[in-house]
Amino acid sequence: MTGADPGQVFREEAAELLADLESALLHLEQNPTDREPLDTAFRALHTIKGSGSMFGFEAAASFTHHLESAFDRMRKGELAATTAMIGIALAAKDHIRILIDDPASADTAVGDGILARLADQSGSAAVSAPLHGERDDEESRATWRVRFRLAPDALERGTNPLLLLDELRGLGEAEIVALTDDVPPLEELDPTRCHIGWELILTTSHPRSTIEDVFIFVIDETELTIEPVSATSEPGVEQEPVPAEMPVPVPAMVAGPAAPKAEPVPEKGRAQPAANSIRVPAERLDDLMDQVGELVIAHARLKQLIADSVDLQIKSVTEEIERLSNGLRDITMGIRMVPVDSLFGRFRRLVRDLSQELGKDVLLTMSGEETELDKTMIERLNDPLVHIIRNSLDHGLEPAAERVAAGKAPQGRIHLSARHAGTRVLMTIRDDGRGLDRERIRAKAEEQELIPPGAKLSDAELFQLIFHPGFSTARALTSVSGRGIGMDVVKRTIDGLRGTIEVSSLPGGGTEITLGLPLTLAIIDGLLVRVGQGRYVIPLFAVEECVELPADVERRHANRNFLNIRGALVPFLRLRDSFAVRHPPDPYQKIVIISSGDKRVGLVVDQVLGDHQTVIKSMSKLHADVANFSGATILGDGSVALILDIAQIVAAGQTQELRREAC
Amino acid sequence: MAVTGTETFEALTLGLGGEIFAIDANSVHEILDIVPQTEVPGAPPLVGHLINVRGKVVPLADLRIRFGMERTPPTIDTRVVVVEILLDDEPTVVGLLADKVHEVTSIAGASIEDTPDIGMRWNPDLIKGIGKRGDDFIVIPDIVRIFTTH
Repeated sequence: MTGADPGQVFREEAAELLADLESALLHLEQNPTDREPLDTAFRALHTIKGSGSMFGFEAAASFTHHLESAFDRMRKGELAATTAMIGIALAAKDHIRILIDDPASADTAVGDGILARLADQSGSAAVSAPLHGERDDEESRATWRVRFRLAPDALERGTNPLLLLDELRGLGEAEIVALTDDVPPLEELDPTRCHIGWELILTTSHPRSTIEDVFIFVIDETELTIEPVSATSEPGVEQEPVPAEMPVPVPAMVAGPAAPKAEPVPEKGRAQPAANSIRVPAERLDDLMDQVGELVIAHARLKQLIADSVDLQIKSVTEEIERLSNGLRDITMGIRMVPVDSLFGRFRRLVRDLSQELGKDVLLTMSGEETELDKTMIERLNDPLVHIIRNSLDHGLEPAAERVAAGKAPQGRIHLSARHAGTRVLMTIRDDGRGLDRERIRAKAEEQELIPPGAKLSDAELFQLIFHPGFSTARALTSVSGRGIGMDVVKRTIDGLRGTIEVSSLPGGGTEITLGLPLTLAIIDGLLVRVGQGRYVIPLFAVEECVELPADVERRHANRNFLNIRGALVPFLRLRDSFAVRHPPDPYQKIVIISSGDKRVGLVVDQVLGDHQTVIKSMSKLHADVANFSGATILGDGSVALILDIAQIVAAGQTQELRREAC
Repeated sequence: MAVTGTETFEALTLGLGGEIFAIDANSVHEILDIVPQTEVPGAPPLVGHLINVRGKVVPLADLRIRFGMERTPPTIDTRVVVVEILLDDEPTVVGLLADKVHEVTSIAGASIEDTPDIGMRWNPDLIKGIGKRGDDFIVIPDIVRIFTTH
């Protein structure tokens, strides 16, 4: 493996830290007195500053330093976490990101502006400093026993304990003793390992947090104890002269230094739980996935080759291989799964900024954030979801006055949720705004000649029209949306993920958009069928049942292809017609009933061959415009089978029906 | 469009529909014997089939369609030349049907002449130029154009 570029490693870690920072800031805004997000934000800034200057990102480090100081003061209670501060911090976070990712394009004026606002706020937002927090040398000095033992491989990792000791010495007066009881005899001594621990008695006016901060980079692997020793300061609030003769009561533990820390901080680092994970480039996961896919195909071929064999040993080994390759497939797919939270989390900031920009009070809630999705899907869902949420905020949710007039609470709500349903993930975006205006949509659709005037459409069908390019019923363009270029791109992206998108809405009651997504893009369970001489795969999740085509229906009724399934009328499509098959049909044809959304359609095929684990190969660019197929796969005998695109086939069938009805 | 001037390029010459075509040798990945094809309903006739190239699903293109040639059934010499070309800046793999594959040879720049507009029974836009090897005329098709225009 070639050495990783340290700058790149820093950038990746910084990206994660900045994300942590942002969620901590947003959390803090809602809970200004909560300690945890404040600490998280501080730690993130501290690490970015430290690592940044170590890896040569000077501009980012020095900019971050100012933020770090402000947050340090906040931790000490000298500064309040006001909304204005949070706003500045968020703006600063964005600027830091630019300074790290693309320093050349950073606008120093923007940076200076942020720092000026920060200085402003720090002046006015300063809480009248409790005397506890003053660095007054005569008061609030405390003595600590600090004992630490570094991890055995700390020296190899570049930690220099002498620097730590120097830093501690710089905090006050220290007496340092080395703990040599663990030093082995000379023959066993390994000079690259750190055998020595240290103990200091440190008298300082700095709060305990400052002492802990000295170890911030090594805290995970270091044994550290910090105990107050009999204090030398009174719990003085006033400036009382200490009469020399009077015995000064020495309260043992109470007179700790002043940092208003309610909860005891665990010794072993408030740092993130020791991550037992490694970072892997996404391309490697893709390669792994490809190989697993090939293995699945090879196994399918093997299975077919030995199908007629009577050799029990070969069969049993082949079954073993099947078991192993399925296991490998499941594990590999599992590796790529990431909780949706990583996606939903980003929207908190979006909603916050947009609601401020639009002047609407909006609450964003979520559920099911732990639901997992394939990593690549998560990335591709970002833009469509941003667009949908913007639409909700801009057009769906009414301004407070209008809401109150309609009897609703003035605060609008948007709810994101995700859950597993069978082999799919259902994601919904729901708002409690105005809902879609059916009349306007119909009028616009007729105006754009998407539907014949007076056509009868169900709500679901009507709402699907909003996905047409250029379709927008917004009366005014805003900077946020209204140009009508968004929803069709959303649909195309979702289609590209082999997902479905459905819209439901109640007038005045809000709108709910539901995305149905496959769990993975790579391998699905499919039903293999034969139409004419070609073989095709129907994704199994869409298949409800298979029935025989009754002989009387076989003789086509004029204009009607319907089937009676336990009392319900189900339309059917003859795939041989869709695929222009000239080969004469089989005598006993089968119908595969599939469902897409709330529609059910039967697909007439010549033969149902069985289920097939389908490794999906995407279609070539040259076939991008071929409707009906979402991909291809390689069968056990090495030939290619096409995978049906359920949504498209059903839609095509619907259009056919509509045309027939219109005639 | 024509390739003129002194560029000499390495080309794979193949026979198709009675003519000899030259394909840029650098774009050729491999040459396969004829393999089972899967029809793609609804695809443009030029790329109406798919083949399996060592686990990858690749469209099979029959250039005879673009040049209005008679599509004779495959023979023992029929091959599929798998090439990688840039379509809209995206590398795309496609298999080209060939009646017979000849050899890799240099086509001298000097012998490449502009495609005459008259006397051509094919669309001159689809041809980059005509070269000569000995007594034979060699057609240099504009592969990218062939696939991007309808």
